[in-house]
Amino acid sequence: MSDKVKVTIDGITVEVAPGTTILNAARQIGGDIVPPAMCYYSKLEGSGGKCRTCIVKVSKGSEKDPRPMPKLVASCRTTVMDGMEVMNITSPEVIEARSGVVEMLLINHPLDCPVCDQAGECDLQNLGYEHGLQKTRYEFERRTFERIDIGDKIQLHMNRCILCYRCVFTADQITNKRVHGILNRGDHSEISTYIQTAVDNDFSGNVIDVCPVGALTDKTFRFKNRVWFTKPIDAHRDCPTCSGKVTLWYKGEDVLRVTARKDVYGEVEEFICNTCRFDKKKTADWVIEHPTHISDTSVIASNHYETLKPLPVIQNNEKLKEANRIELEKTAKF
Amino acid sequence: MARKLLLEHINVPGINTLDVYRQKGGYRAVEKALKTLTPDEVVEEVKKSGLRGRGGAGFPTGMKWSFLAKPEGVPRYLVCNADESEPGTFKDRYLMTHIPHALIEGMIVSSFALGANTSYIYVRGEMMPQIRILERAIAEAKQAGFLGKNILGTGYDLELYVQPGGGAYICGEETALLESLEGKRGNPRIKPPFPAIAGLYGCPTVVNNVESIAATVPIINDGGEEYAKIGIGRSTGTKLISASGNLVRPGVYEIELGLPVEEFIYSDEYCGGIANGKRLKATVAGGSSVPVLPANLTLKLANGDPRLMSYESLSEGGFATGTMMGSGGFIAFDEDQCIVRNTWNFARFYHHESCGQCSPCREGTGWMEKVLHRIEYGHGKMSDIDLLVDVSKNIEGNTICPLGDAAAWPVASAIRHFRDEFEWHVKEPVKSLDTNYGLANYAEPIAKAAITE
Amino acid sequence: MLKVEEQQPVAFSAALLEKCAEIVSRYPEGKHKSALLPILHEVQAELGWLSANAMDKVAEYLNIQPIEVYEVASFYTMYFLKPQGKYMLEICRTGPCCLVGAEKLMDHLEQTLGVKEGEVTPDGLFSWRGVECLAACGYGPVLQIGPEYTFYENLDKQKLDDLIQDLRKK
Repeated sequence: MSDKVKVTIDGITVEVAPGTTILNAARQIGGDIVPPAMCYYSKLEGSGGKCRTCIVKVSKGSEKDPRPMPKLVASCRTTVMDGMEVMNITSPEVIEARSGVVEMLLINHPLDCPVCDQAGECDLQNLGYEHGLQKTRYEFERRTFERIDIGDKIQLHMNRCILCYRCVFTADQITNKRVHGILNRGDHSEISTYIQTAVDNDFSGNVIDVCPVGALTDKTFRFKNRVWFTKPIDAHRDCPTCSGKVTLWYKGEDVLRVTARKDVYGEVEEFICNTCRFDKKKTADWVIEHPTHISDTSVIASNHYETLKPLPVIQNNEKLKEANRIELEKTAKF
Repeated sequence: MARKLLLEHINVPGINTLDVYRQKGGYRAVEKALKTLTPDEVVEEVKKSGLRGRGGAGFPTGMKWSFLAKPEGVPRYLVCNADESEPGTFKDRYLMTHIPHALIEGMIVSSFALGANTSYIYVRGEMMPQIRILERAIAEAKQAGFLGKNILGTGYDLELYVQPGGGAYICGEETALLESLEGKRGNPRIKPPFPAIAGLYGCPTVVNNVESIAATVPIINDGGEEYAKIGIGRSTGTKLISASGNLVRPGVYEIELGLPVEEFIYSDEYCGGIANGKRLKATVAGGSSVPVLPANLTLKLANGDPRLMSYESLSEGGFATGTMMGSGGFIAFDEDQCIVRNTWNFARFYHHESCGQCSPCREGTGWMEKVLHRIEYGHGKMSDIDLLVDVSKNIEGNTICPLGDAAAWPVASAIRHFRDEFEWHVKEPVKSLDTNYGLANYAEPIAKAAITE
Repeated sequence: MLKVEEQQPVAFSAALLEKCAEIVSRYPEGKHKSALLPILHEVQAELGWLSANAMDKVAEYLNIQPIEVYEVASFYTMYFLKPQGKYMLEICRTGPCCLVGAEKLMDHLEQTLGVKEGEVTPDGLFSWRGVECLAACGYGPVLQIGPEYTFYENLDKQKLDDLIQDLRKK
C-alpha cells in the first residue's frame, strides 16, 4: 500500500501526497495541462479560490465515489482523492468557462499594457492572449481609481488590480503589521490604506513580486525600461535580514531593478527584504551567479542571449560566460 | 383552516412575553428534550420529521445536523441565520417580532441536540428592533432558568447571544455569516471545509435559518412522525410564506406544504387575489433569486396539472418551466408591472450586494445591471438580450458562493419567459419609457407556453 | 484615500465602554474580534458616524490593526464613513417595494428635503438614501431611521410628510 493517491489530469496519471490540490498535482506533471492561477500562491496560506481562472472539471470524484462533481471546481482549492479524474484543457466546457472568467477580469482592466511596467511578465496579459476575445463586448466606462503611492518605493495602480488578495496575505503573513487591505465591496472594492499612510516595513516590497498584474509596481524601476530589454541575472549577498538571493535585472552595466527569484509559475522562491530590493543597485553589492533561466515562451526570452557582446558583468565571470555559451548554442539550433 | 404550528398563537395578546408564551404551552419542548431525550434522540426526531432547511436551499435539517463533527474537547456551535434579506422574504422578521420565544425555545432544543454550549443568533443589523426584542426575551428565558448554567437541573449549560450584522445580504450565506460573526468582512469561505467540520472559530458549526430552528419546537412536542404527516411527499410540515407585491392581502402566512398555488393567491384565507381588480402577470415564488414565472406557469405545470406550494412541485419542469421554493418569498406582479424594470432592479440588488471576492460575480453582476439599465431606459440593442444570457451563463456555477447563481437566474429566467417584452423595449425605446408591455400572453393557457419552450 | 487633516481626539463615554466590555464578554477568550461589528454600531450610535479616529480607537480597544476595522466598516452598508444628517431616512428601493410605489416616494423625499441622495440638509437634520431590501416586503414601501432603526411601514406621501414634520419638531 502506497500512502500516495493517484490522480489523472487530462489523461496523465500522477501519484501525489494526500491533501495535494489538483493544481499542485498538475504542476507536478507540468506543461500545458497546468491550470493558470491568478490568485493562488503556494507560499501564501489561504490564498486562492477567488479569481476562478484555474477551474477544472472533475469527471470522476474518486475510486470510492466515481460520481463527477456537479460544477467546475477551483483546482487550487480542491484536494485530490484517490482515483480522481480531472479534465482541464481536454474539456471544452472548462475552456469556455475560463474564457468567460478572463473576459470578466478584463472588462474593467485598463488594457494599458503599452505604459505598464508589468508588461512582459504579466499573468493577465498571458491569459488574455490565450483566452481573450479579439474585441471587448463591454461598452461601458471602465472603473477608475487614482494612482497612489503607498510608501516612497511602491506605487498602487488600482485600475489594473484584479483583487487577487495576494498582497494582503503577504502583508499579513510576512510582515509584522498590515496597513493596507481591501476596502469597500463588490466591484467598488479596492486595495487601500484608507488613511494616508506609508507602507513601511522591511518586507513590504514583496507585494510587488506577488502582484500578478501591474497594480503594485516598483517606483525605482518606473518607466526605466521594458522588462524584455533587460537581462536577468541571479545573484546573492550576505544579507542580515533575508536570504539575499535575488534576480538582478540589467540594462547594459546598470542594475535597473532587483526582484526575488521566481519559479516557472511566477512565484518567488524566497521573499527578500527592502534593502536588497531597493537599495542595492550596484553590481559591486552582489555576488553574481548565472543568468536566470527564462522559459522559452516568455517574451523576456525573446531578447536574451542574442548579444555577441556579453554584458561587462558577464565578461568578468567565468561561470556566466560558460552559461551564456550554452544558451547561445541552444538558440543557434533553431 | 389549515394547521398552524408556528403561528398558532400569533394573535394572542402578550405572546411576545415569556409568561403568555408559557401559558400557551411554550417551553414544553425544552422540558421534553432536556429531561426525557438524549441529544441523538432529538436529532433522530428532526430527521424523522423530514424538515428541510427553510432558508432557501431546502437541505434536510436532520441530515445537516448528523454531519456535525464531534471531536473530543472541541466546542461545537449552533448559529441561527437571521440575516433575512432576500428580496420578497420577511417571515423571520415577523416571527422574531411577534413570537421571539419560539426561536429561543428552538435554539435551546437544537443547541442541546448538537451539544453546543454557546449559540449565536446572527440578526441583520437593520433589524435593531428585533434584536432588542430577542435580547429582552433571552433575559426573560434566562431569568426563568431556560438558559444559563444547569438548565432545569439537567446539567446542560447554554449561553445564547444575539449578534447584529452590519448591512450585507451576502452574510445570509452561511460561511459569510460566520466570517462576519468573527468580526471580518462578509466574504464567503471557499469550501471545503464545510462548517460542519470547521465553522465558527474553526470549530464544528451548524448554521440554520430562524424558521428551521423554530420548527424544531413542534417537532419535539408532537414527534417527528406527526410533523411528517403534514405536507406532501418530501415536502413535510408547514412553511411560512412571505407574500408581497400586488396582492389584496400581502403578509406572512403559514401554509401546509402542498397547497395549490392558485388557492394561495386567490383564496380569502390567504392573499385574497390580485390588488385593485387587476390580473396576475408573473410571480417570483421563492425570493428574488429564484426564476420568475409567467402567470400561466405559476398556476399550472407544463402538463396542465395544478402547481402546488411544495419543494417538488415548484421546481417541476426544471428551469425550463419551473422555479424553486427558495425561502418562500412570494412576489406577485400585476398586469401593469414591467418585467424588464423589475429584472433591472433585481440585477442592481445583486450588483450592490456582491462581496467582490471572486471575479465572475464581482464583474458580471455590474455588467448585467448596466446592460439591463440601458434596455430599460430605451438605449438597448437587440444583441443585448443574448449578451445578458451569455453573461449570466458565465457567472452561473463559476463562483465561490451561490450569490452568483442567484444573480444569474432572475435575468436568465426573465429572458427565457418574457423575451418578447425585452424585444419590445428595444424596438419601442420611447414608448417603453412610460407605458408597459402589459399582460401579453403570459396568462394564457399552458399549451402555448409549453410549445414556445 | 482619506487625508486625515484634523486630528480630533475621540473620547468614548463611560457608558459606551461599559457596553463594549459587555459585548466582548459574549465571545470565547481570544475571539474578541467578533465584537467588532456590534461595537461599531455602538460607537456610531454615540458619535453619529465613524471617523478614522473613532475606528482607530476601536482598533486599539480590540487590540487589532486599524486596517482591519476600516476593511470591515467599509464593507457593510450600515456604517457611515462620512457625517450624516441627524436623521438618516433609509427607504427600501428593491423590487417588491417598487411594485407598490417606493420609487415615487423617493422622488417625493428628494423634493421635500431639497437634497439629493446621500446629501445632508443645510440645517443638518436630514439625509436620505435608498437601501436594498429591508425584509418587510409585504408592508412596503418601508423606511427606517437609525440608530435604533425605527421602522415605518405602508408609507405614502402624506405619511412621509407627517413623519418629517414630527422629526423637525423633535
